[in-house]
Amino acid sequence: MTKELICINCPMGCALTAEVENGEVISVSGNTCPRGETYAKTELTAPVRVVTTTIISDTGKPVPVKTKAPIPKDKIFEVVSEIKAHTVILPVGMGDTVLENAADTGVDIISARSVSVE
Amino acid sequence: MKNEYNIIIIGGGPAGMAAAIGAKEAGEEDILILERDGVLGGILNQCIHNGFGLHTFNEELTGPEYAERYADKVKAMGIPYELDTMVLDVTALSDGKKAVSVISSKRGAVTLTAKAVILAMGCRERPRGALNIPGFRPQGVYTAGTAQKLVNLEGAKVGKEVVILGSGDIGLIMARRMTLEGAHVAAVAELMPYSSGLKRNIVQCLDDYGIPLLLSHTVVDIKGKEKLEGVYIARVDEKNQPIEGTEEYYPCDTLLLSCGLIPENELSSGAGVSIDPRTNGAYVNESLETNVEGVFSCGNVLHVHDLVDFVSEESTRAGANAARYVREGKAAKGREVSVTVGNGVRYTVPSRISLGALDDMTHIRFRVTGVFKNVSIVIKSGENEILRRKSRILVPSEMLDIILKREKLEGLSEDINVFIEEVQQ
Repeated sequence: MTKELICINCPMGCALTAEVENGEVISVSGNTCPRGETYAKTELTAPVRVVTTTIISDTGKPVPVKTKAPIPKDKIFEVVSEIKAHTVILPVGMGDTVLENAADTGVDIISARSVSVE
Repeated sequence: MKNEYNIIIIGGGPAGMAAAIGAKEAGEEDILILERDGVLGGILNQCIHNGFGLHTFNEELTGPEYAERYADKVKAMGIPYELDTMVLDVTALSDGKKAVSVISSKRGAVTLTAKAVILAMGCRERPRGALNIPGFRPQGVYTAGTAQKLVNLEGAKVGKEVVILGSGDIGLIMARRMTLEGAHVAAVAELMPYSSGLKRNIVQCLDDYGIPLLLSHTVVDIKGKEKLEGVYIARVDEKNQPIEGTEEYYPCDTLLLSCGLIPENELSSGAGVSIDPRTNGAYVNESLETNVEGVFSCGNVLHVHDLVDFVSEESTRAGANAARYVREGKAAKGREVSVTVGNGVRYTVPSRISLGALDDMTHIRFRVTGVFKNVSIVIKSGENEILRRKSRILVPSEMLDIILKREKLEGLSEDINVFIEEVQQ
């Protein structure tokens, strides 16, 4: 199967064409440098993203949060809806875990800001 | 409460905090940061996405994390700052000091004085009024940054069916953000044939969510009187004029505008600082000092940056230079040469260099006027070639930073010209 994607490593934005067979990337073309090949391989076999959003606190104020590590791209909406179903109790410190093992990804959700009760 | 300081820094965002740290690290003890918001950090606090800090901390942080690290450092270093404080005016006095008029609930309306002032007020978004889109003024039209603040800091629901005009990074980031908040983003329209946003934002904010990017398209009409009902988007020709008959209607309750940032220089102008029409920021020399002696400028109020890491680096230098100015007074500047732009270069910062006051390293930052492939960046002084660097690609959305050693600049007699040399294929 032929897949097309744009390399994001630099502003060149090379248009990559990759041949994928049985979930494995067998060839990449269109890249100007080796980073394009690496990018196509991870992006086409196991794309991951760090997800950021906000969680509501007990005072009604939103707290910015992020996944502690990248999660599989197809889990983004599941992770976000689980975060949205929870409430964090203030105060919270930057880096504190606010939700463990979000949507069974094995990745925790941590606070990206210290927020006091006021 | 004292009223006299060696250095007053206007703005407690990434530029102001880094400038304060730079000044303190250079040995200056008498500093005050003035911030109009209730917290330090500026716009970073609402930029909850990640991608900040790769150069500064060698890791990817979110905006609030980047801000908090700097704010923690400001506090740990014991640098005084005052929040909820509005600066109304900056005036250069005849004795060389600067009068800074401020108003706050703590101080009331007072005038402070400083030996040096660092302008670090950041920038604001180009509003709808500056875009000349016909139609009524219904509820539902926001700048992307306003929507970002409402969603991320206030926890508000901004809209359900969204169109975004302009593919600057904030627009792209908000396309993803609105999607994760449950809205549907129908399209991002971009007037130019290329996006002004970073590639990875196009992939990770639009492509990931199947949001179409319409290049060479713009909003030509806004429908709805009290509440936004929809917009017409049309294709534009090479002169960016809408092509008749290509209009398409997009029903929506929200239109976000991401159409450029403008440095916020009202205070600077009031202080007599000359503004470069190309950047809408101050003209500065190599130490980031404006034409008004002892007034420095850094960060997005000087020129709009694409990475906060570059803001921090530049502002740290501005702080150190302001500290040196306080300590040593007016430097013997020696001969001054202008930095001029040639083919393909839109502007440079600095716009002039004093050869008698050079640091070990001098930064020349600039942006190109369009997309260039397989070219060389060339810097010349008269016939003397100071630098030639090959580049596979240069794009207007990426600020370029050339660092020149002192010996490259010492002894120059003619103006410096920065240009892009295109190679015949």
